[in-house]
Amino acid sequence: MVTATATRQLTYGQAVTEALRIAMREDPTVILMGEDIAGGAMVDHLVNDDAWGGPMGVTKGLVQEFGRDRVLDTPITEAGFIGAAVGAAATGLRPVAELMFVDFFGCCMDQIFDQGAKLRYMFGGKARCPVVIRTQIGAGVSAAGQHSGCHYSVFTHMPGIKAVIPSTPADAKGLLLSAIRDDDLVMFFENKVLYGMKGEVPEGDEGIPFGVADIKRDGDDVTVVAISRMVTQSLLAAEQLAAEGIEVEVIDPRTLSPLDEETILTSVAKTHRLVVVDEDNPRCSAATDIAALVADKGFDFLDAPIKLVTAPHTPVPFSPPLEAAYVPSPERIAETVRQIM
Amino acid sequence: MSSPSTAIEPAALDREQLLTMYERMVEIRTFEDLAGKNFAAGLVPGFVHLYAGEEAVAVGVCAHLTDRDYITSTHRGHGHCIAKGVDIPGMVAELMGKSTGVCKGKGGSMHIADVEKGMLGANGIVGGGIPLACGAALTAKTLGTGGVAVCFFGDGASNQGTFHEGLNLAAIWKLPVVFVCENNGYAESTPVGYHCAASDIANRASAYEIPGVVVDGFDLFAVHETAAEAIGRARRGDGPTLIEAKTYRYYGHFQGDMITYRTEEELNRYRQRDPIVAVKGYLLAHGLADEAGIDAIDARVTEKLDAAWVAAKAAAFPAVEETLTDVYVTY
Ligand SMILES: Cc1ncc(C[n+]2csc(CCOP(=O)(O)OP(=O)(O)O)c2C)c(N)n1
Ligand SMILES: [Mg+2]
Repeated sequence: MVTATATRQLTYGQAVTEALRIAMREDPTVILMGEDIAGGAMVDHLVNDDAWGGPMGVTKGLVQEFGRDRVLDTPITEAGFIGAAVGAAATGLRPVAELMFVDFFGCCMDQIFDQGAKLRYMFGGKARCPVVIRTQIGAGVSAAGQHSGCHYSVFTHMPGIKAVIPSTPADAKGLLLSAIRDDDLVMFFENKVLYGMKGEVPEGDEGIPFGVADIKRDGDDVTVVAISRMVTQSLLAAEQLAAEGIEVEVIDPRTLSPLDEETILTSVAKTHRLVVVDEDNPRCSAATDIAALVADKGFDFLDAPIKLVTAPHTPVPFSPPLEAAYVPSPERIAETVRQIM
Repeated sequence: MSSPSTAIEPAALDREQLLTMYERMVEIRTFEDLAGKNFAAGLVPGFVHLYAGEEAVAVGVCAHLTDRDYITSTHRGHGHCIAKGVDIPGMVAELMGKSTGVCKGKGGSMHIADVEKGMLGANGIVGGGIPLACGAALTAKTLGTGGVAVCFFGDGASNQGTFHEGLNLAAIWKLPVVFVCENNGYAESTPVGYHCAASDIANRASAYEIPGVVVDGFDLFAVHETAAEAIGRARRGDGPTLIEAKTYRYYGHFQGDMITYRTEEELNRYRQRDPIVAVKGYLLAHGLADEAGIDAIDARVTEKLDAAWVAAKAAAFPAVEETLTDVYVTY
């Protein structure tokens, strides 16, 4: 039986907070850890209050309800606390650790990749690692070379890691709930530019399953697979193109690992054209992976070459006009679609 | 093992050196105040972390360095740049992302660098500069340049693995490097008393059997003296030192920080001992400068900084094609 779920407007950031609150209420083994996720630890007037609630305020208000034993400020020691989250996950907790910016993965990659991601396999399936690592991605705020990357492709590449990338407030809530309840290591990528984005978000505690893409717009003429903020950019492009009589189908995979191959292939079988839009760097990337999938399993559907619209093979520049050129724009997406029509 | 230094009479410093150091400190303070103002006015994109309050550390240490010496810095790097002699108009332009910036606008506040000046970059990664400084010291040692490396980092950074790995490497290889921990009491909103197990970060030196010294980071002369000894030791080939300068930042962690984790009284207690006012007081009391002389320095700095902002505002943004350059030397 399907019942209509009530919804209300929340921002993407608020949706993340809500999912954390629900998960912490339903399961006392869920703990949060990260730098300044409450903030003001051991400051007299902030014993049960937060100074920051994370740099973007996403974990604000949680320490008041759950206390400092479950909302743990950490020193700046990513290898230490992310590794501890992995170890705690393997032994009975469900930690949600915050890696402030994904670019910092270099500081803790061994603990993620060599420890957490491989543990179950190497132990012959006799262990599990239900940890979530939430992290910020994306260019667009002039945060420059070490705070602006996407890098989800790196994690998608690695066996043992699930890579989850919401593009809307509703997806952020539903996917984070599933991530926390999931028994594997999940990397959860929040786009910093989307935190203020508003959208209808369901009440209740329902998760969104992994490996199920969402068709954000129906169309018959061309399939655009877009990730994270590129969904919004592609929907804007689709509007421009609709005015020209080109109907774009916009697909958001939502999880890159696992990947919903079927939804993508079914769409390309209908439209016969594929453009992949990805803000990550272009080599060995989510975009090339999806292109390869369709080239491999959907070649006969295609009436035109597969096109990729991505960031260039460079770090993210600081200067605003350069950064604007770095991120795929609706104009670039629309132009690429026109080329294959 | 480590004992707080007390204010030291700057016997080894002549009038010219003192006035130069005073001017550098004023340059840093003025640079930061203007960066804050122009950030608020929307002219500086991205993240900006201001160094005001900590001037005595960068200036007292870098006074001993020349262009053959290297420094590594942090996200709070403007003061280190100025103290190391990086071009101020080029820094201002960099903050605005202009093509005339020291990094052509590609790095911004968090990545200001000038390798020619021995400034190996501010750093967006906390603790990221510490091993780099060991590398610069290794170069100096291997090539026999006589240079040293000085590594600036915060209290928060002293919890990173890179700090412990870097100190150990420097100790076993007797590298000519000086680690300068700027303990300003906080890492973002987290007090050092929570995030750090050591009561003095300098104590951590003992684990690597190198000297660890605490110094009052608000006292230019104490910093200068302590740095002289550590840098001298490094230059002589006697190995690394860890200096912990107890200091304080006047602004929030970054521009936009609501600063709910500390009190106005705490800030005012530090402001009352302002390191620049203290140096000025010393200069006046010892007849090394008069009010008019000090005012002339202050005015010169203001004029220089104002001109830098005018020039940066008028400068062009980089051409969009610049997005694709500078990734590799050859490709
Ligand atoms: C590896 C890494 N982790 C976290 C951050 C986010 N961050 C930037 S500055 C900072 C606090 C640094 O504190 P401290 O080392 O004491 O330097 P201060 O800001 O006080 O000068 C944090 C957590 C970062 N930039 N890099
Ligand atoms: Mg600090």
